[in-house]
Amino acid sequence: MARIIGGVGTSHTPAIGAAVDNGKTGTDYWAPLFKGYEWSKKWMKKMKPDVVIMVYNDHTNAFDFSIIPTFGLGCAEEFPIADEGWGARPVPIVKGYPEFAAHIAQSVILDEFDLTILNEMQVDHGLTVPMTLLFDSPKAWPVRVIPLAVNVVQYPPPTGNRCWNLGKALRKAVESWEEDLDVVIFGTGGMSHQIQGPRAGIINKKFDYGFLDNLTRNPKKLTKISHLEYMREGGAEAVELVMWLIMRGALGSKVKELYRFHHVPASSTGVGHIVLEAR
Amino acid sequence: MIPIIEKVPPFQNNSRSVNLKGRIGMATAKAKGARKKKAKKVEAYEDLPGTWVFDAQRSRKGYRLNKFFMSLMKADNRKAFLADEAGYLKQFGMTDAQAQAVMKREWNRMLELGGVVYCLAKLAFTDQRSYQSMAADMTGMTEQEYVNMMLAGGRSPDGWRSKSERRGR
Repeated sequence: MARIIGGVGTSHTPAIGAAVDNGKTGTDYWAPLFKGYEWSKKWMKKMKPDVVIMVYNDHTNAFDFSIIPTFGLGCAEEFPIADEGWGARPVPIVKGYPEFAAHIAQSVILDEFDLTILNEMQVDHGLTVPMTLLFDSPKAWPVRVIPLAVNVVQYPPPTGNRCWNLGKALRKAVESWEEDLDVVIFGTGGMSHQIQGPRAGIINKKFDYGFLDNLTRNPKKLTKISHLEYMREGGAEAVELVMWLIMRGALGSKVKELYRFHHVPASSTGVGHIVLEAR
Repeated sequence: MIPIIEKVPPFQNNSRSVNLKGRIGMATAKAKGARKKKAKKVEAYEDLPGTWVFDAQRSRKGYRLNKFFMSLMKADNRKAFLADEAGYLKQFGMTDAQAQAVMKREWNRMLELGGVVYCLAKLAFTDQRSYQSMAADMTGMTEQEYVNMMLAGGRSPDGWRSKSERRGR
């Protein structure tokens, strides 16, 4: 049986990827951030998952506005790296797991989550930055990846509650797959940030810490945060945090917090990170 | 799924069908006088100061503008745009106001007119500028001032939670 062994929450700020790609990880500005991921990289090496389910969002790279899927599951053999306007990141191509992904799609659709199936898709920093943060810079990624793209670009994104329930459906889907696989699920984006308009630069540590605390302790409470509250308290783009609730929903009722890290700033954003063990 | 600039669908040309309040003109065409126009619902998030939430209405208005931004994901298109900005913009059928905002690099105006910030970034990159410097422009700060604010812990949400709270400052 396949099983979800852990969950990772992390920001996916593109500047983090650029810092790695341009050899700036040791600078005064960036070093503290990368230090904050050392523990998690070691943990990941120890856990050696077979598959990552990467909950993330595209940033108008794979999708223009001709089609806006709320939830899209990547079912392709592989996912090329997008050129976001400054050339593609020099990271390995992302290998998918079409058979497992097709099973997950069928299972969650029958569980009443009408997701879109993506058989061709490029992936952008939303997916590759978390990969870099947790798996470093290998020649080939040591894990197969099933991307789950969530629309958080055009308002409204799915509600936190919907995301939480989708996570639960994902868990069911994973556990009904015969093959013996260890799966780690990622929830990415956030934490507090606003990257547009005169209000750009919002950071709300109290809000971020509260979110991290409740992720372990009282995740149901987080499912009740409205989009407006995310935007008002954490900045317009903090609404990305609903994606963390898919991850959390997939971990089941009992989790143990293994590690957390919070840092300001990465470009215009606050960076939050948590590692949870499924019990 | 990369946009092809020749393929801008005609139905999205909303420059004629939008009235002053930004609503679709269809109701007028369908039932002139028969149906009372509904007042535009003011969304609670419109009360966030210094923010243009990219909702379905803004997305509709910005459809062609965002098509233009996405065309800049190709190096040849970036070159063609920089060589003749006005001429290049013509093929997208955007409104004059949108084209003006692009040419003047009025970032906040582009947001207001339906541009989404991730798309705007592609214009900043075309200009060889960083995201951070574009964001600084939006706040009216120099890039260094903006970086300093972020290094000092970012902008507090206090005073920025609503338009009335902002005015009271």
